[in-house]
Amino acid sequence: MNSFKETKRSALVSLWFMFLTFPVMVMKVDAIEKTVTWRWENMAFIGIGSFILSLFGRAFFERQKSRRQRQIEQNIEKRNLIQIIISHNKYLYPLAIAFFLFALLFPHLFSTYQINVMTTALMYVVLGLGLNIVVGVAGLLDLGFVAFYAVGAYSYALLNLHFGLGFWAVLPIGAILAAMFGVLLGFPVLRLRGDYLAIVTLAFGEIIRLVLENWNEFSQGPSGVSNIPRPGLFGIDLTLDQAITYLYYLMIIMVLVTIFVVNRLQNSRLGRAWVALREDEIACQAMGIDKTKTKLTAFALGATWAGMVGVIFAAKTTFINPASFTFLESAIILAIVVLGGMGSIVGVIIGAFILILLPEYLRALSDYRMLAFGAIMVSMMVFRPQGIISNVRRRYHYDPEKERSE
Amino acid sequence: MSEPILQINNLCMNFGGIKALDDLNLDVEQGEIVALIGPNGAGKTTFFNCVTGIYNPTHGDVMLSPPGKPSIRLNGLKPNHVAEKGMARTFQNIRLFQSMTVLENVMIGRHCRTSAFILGAILRDRATMQEEKQILQKSYEILQKMGLEKHMNELAGNLSYGEQRRLEIARALATEPFLLLLDEPAAGMNPQETQDLEAMINLLQQEGQSILLIEHDMKLVMNLSDRIFVMDYGKQIASGSPQEVRDNPAVIKAYLGDDSYA
Repeated sequence: MNSFKETKRSALVSLWFMFLTFPVMVMKVDAIEKTVTWRWENMAFIGIGSFILSLFGRAFFERQKSRRQRQIEQNIEKRNLIQIIISHNKYLYPLAIAFFLFALLFPHLFSTYQINVMTTALMYVVLGLGLNIVVGVAGLLDLGFVAFYAVGAYSYALLNLHFGLGFWAVLPIGAILAAMFGVLLGFPVLRLRGDYLAIVTLAFGEIIRLVLENWNEFSQGPSGVSNIPRPGLFGIDLTLDQAITYLYYLMIIMVLVTIFVVNRLQNSRLGRAWVALREDEIACQAMGIDKTKTKLTAFALGATWAGMVGVIFAAKTTFINPASFTFLESAIILAIVVLGGMGSIVGVIIGAFILILLPEYLRALSDYRMLAFGAIMVSMMVFRPQGIISNVRRRYHYDPEKERSE
Repeated sequence: MSEPILQINNLCMNFGGIKALDDLNLDVEQGEIVALIGPNGAGKTTFFNCVTGIYNPTHGDVMLSPPGKPSIRLNGLKPNHVAEKGMARTFQNIRLFQSMTVLENVMIGRHCRTSAFILGAILRDRATMQEEKQILQKSYEILQKMGLEKHMNELAGNLSYGEQRRLEIARALATEPFLLLLDEPAAGMNPQETQDLEAMINLLQQEGQSILLIEHDMKLVMNLSDRIFVMDYGKQIASGSPQEVRDNPAVIKAYLGDDSYA
């Protein structure tokens, strides 16, 4: 009975697919000769193919469901390999040291091109970790994150152009400016949540980009700012290769600092308040948490990282224009956070590497890149909506006996 | 007799043309358990929301007098400031932070009594660490009092219904309130759980905790309360000791209707 029902469902699915793909797979219109070729055999392939896939899919889901049932019955907590590694220091530390050594040796093992790609990926790690504070931890869906990135990049480009300020002077200025813009965005959206918040932040991102594009006197418009100096190293003249390697190490330090700070923030009084705000705003306020202050700090601290990476981005490419700060950029950063796992630092790092490095190394298949991108996102949402690594709440240990004896 | 710690005068709340609260007067003395009862839709939860700052009352006064401090008018204060002033509440429909652990839920309650901020979080200086340790200790003690310490690292959403209700009380207690507002703490509990809850509230009163309670379980209300206020359609219809309220014809009418009153 059950299997008959399943077969019927699969047949329906295959019918639906045949109908959907009909215009693309069956009809072939030759506009020059004005003929239409009907390729009915394709329809048969699609029908049979989707029928079999759907059957397999159903069987797979059924198996998984029964397995999960068993796990619940036997009271086993489901954790994947990476989570086990993260939660045990004896696995985590050697692995982290190995990664760190590899990262240090990386420029000596690979070509300049590879170093450049890796630097970009590291920049997205920091951007992802910044957005993670806003979206993953505090639960404020921000679709205009790229605006802060642009603020950072343009503050370096313009301060350098007009006042000749160097990279190291602008790095903190860019961070502070971005944080201020974060607060600026935060104020009008204090009352908004979810979809409404997303729309306003999206508009905010577009406003910043359009201003940069159209206010020629201020930002030189679409032609952008060029000849931005690379970061200096105690006044030593660096060759191009050296400068790239230098930037790579700079990014490594930046990533380490970000991980350190974000981790501490998440495990603090403020971090708990962010999570509580995400969970239930009314209860949160009733427990004495200042909603305004907590939301604004989340926006500001998220934006800070984008501002700093923006400065580094301007220094890396030596040329910026508004085209680098489109909505697609925001979408990619958001995808990194969602794919990696909201609120999980390791997840976001892995997500950034997957989403930035994979397209780089799959250039041969670049025609299908967006297709693969979409397929990955859709299947992630279906199979692992919590991301590659779901955030595990911190466990506290408290031993009253020990406390008393101290 | 000393000044009441919570004094509500002529409180009104209008939603458009609807008078949800109409000229309500209520007071709570130090160390008392006061109950607010009334049929469904009488405006009890609206009353709580007005008092705790979630709604801003149309007019009337909500005066709070913390023991040994001058009294404050609470109208228009935000909920977080009300909690800071020393009044904490639970919710009728449980509003826990589901994906945080039980302990973290209570730690959130400590938020308004602590002060570490961005720099403290990043630098983890001695004062911050000391504060964190105190938060942990105090939260654990409260969990112990509510009998939830075994579950401290479980997610709040995984607790049983009765435990979730207790956790809400624990979270409210963590803000060190001198007046605790409980919105139907026994709703959905089985008789055993209700009995445990009664013992727990009694214990809190013995420790000097003043409590304002909304409840439908009449047995619980009659056993616990020092005084009872009854409201219907936003108006106060009776007040007094449990015995007085039980015998009050207006109350019987409100609960049972006209015909049964004979």
